[in-house]
Amino acid sequence: MENIISIFVKSVFIDNMIFAFFLGMCSFIAVSKTVKTAVGLGIAVIFVLGITLPVNYLLNKYLLTPGCLAWISPGLADVDLSFLSFIIFIAVIASITQLVEMVVEKFAPALYSSLGIFLPLIAVNCAILGGSLFMQERGYANLGEAVSFALGSGTGWFLAIVGIAAIREKLKYSNVPAPLRGVGITFIITGLMGIAFMCFMGIKL
Amino acid sequence: MEKEPMFSAKILKLFTDPINKGNPITVLILGICSALAVTVKLEPALVMAVSVTIVTGFASFIVSILRNTIPNRIRIIVQLVVVAALVILVDQILRAYAYDVSKQLSVFVGLIITNCIIMGRIEAFALGNKPWPSLVDGLGNGAGYGLILVIVAFFRELLGSGTVLGFQVVPESWYMKNGGFYENNGLMILPPMALIIVGLIIWIQRSFNKQLIEK
Repeated sequence: MENIISIFVKSVFIDNMIFAFFLGMCSFIAVSKTVKTAVGLGIAVIFVLGITLPVNYLLNKYLLTPGCLAWISPGLADVDLSFLSFIIFIAVIASITQLVEMVVEKFAPALYSSLGIFLPLIAVNCAILGGSLFMQERGYANLGEAVSFALGSGTGWFLAIVGIAAIREKLKYSNVPAPLRGVGITFIITGLMGIAFMCFMGIKL
Repeated sequence: MEKEPMFSAKILKLFTDPINKGNPITVLILGICSALAVTVKLEPALVMAVSVTIVTGFASFIVSILRNTIPNRIRIIVQLVVVAALVILVDQILRAYAYDVSKQLSVFVGLIITNCIIMGRIEAFALGNKPWPSLVDGLGNGAGYGLILVIVAFFRELLGSGTVLGFQVVPESWYMKNGGFYENNGLMILPPMALIIVGLIIWIQRSFNKQLIEK
């Protein structure tokens, strides 16, 4: 249990998807103009990460890791399918986002109208695929740890996008040099926020 | 219908436009995710630039061939599968011939799949154009991406480690520890500096191209 909490805190603050790995930057810059849309996208990311990462974890454990097919029959023990992981992960993510979109549209129209345009965007959000690839690389021990990592990274991403959206809303009132306006200053502010987040680095949990 | 020559001015423009005025990173803001994390050293950045250029070009090419047979509703999955297959090829080749670099790039080779440049060019260009212009457009966008990557990596490696492509550029005798006056800027190696350098590149580029300035 302790381990699960520490993985959560670590993935929110220390290994923050945006500030430590720059994952999901494209939608981070494009959809952070107002706090309201940023909150919508942030929630959608937590949601999709929370579903796809555990699914990919199970697929990785029972299908892709070298030698893991032994549970079907001992003859398959030396089959290595790990080269298929990219294609399987992305297929899972793309189909789950499409599935989630349909389910939400059917059963929660209000949520759909606020998340609607963001769900298809998420299929190509690097943070989602990045989460699955980091999960594979770090080799989490059980499903609980994988879920906690998924929710933690999602929350970290949510915090980052809401933070930058709030700053950009205020930024409208400041006199930024013309060529730097818009995207340029957003990059620099993200960099400064990243430096601030680095104060969490080196904390041992 | 009149047949267009292979290398007409229009085709050439498809290639050169993304390098400056339609640059995917600094103007369209696509593909930043992977761009920043691999730019600490020049060598992985070069490998990444070449890989992305190849994948973007061929993904556009293949999707453009298939464009009339893909049903609209499931096109994103089809596109992703095409891209993923190409990325697996690149990953396996890197592991076979450049193992050290492939270790340094770690998950970022896989993340080429979700690089927005590739999906963006497929959606915006390859779905509505013939294979040959799509290939050129893909390669051009890959090159524009690679250019920014290489510029950022060059400055980060030079200022952060005093080397270029692993060769010592700043003379050893300049360093403090050898009695000189110079010290590497450790901040350059840290991830946030990549963002700030891209911000500065955007600043410089837009001061020369006034029409790119946002209101």
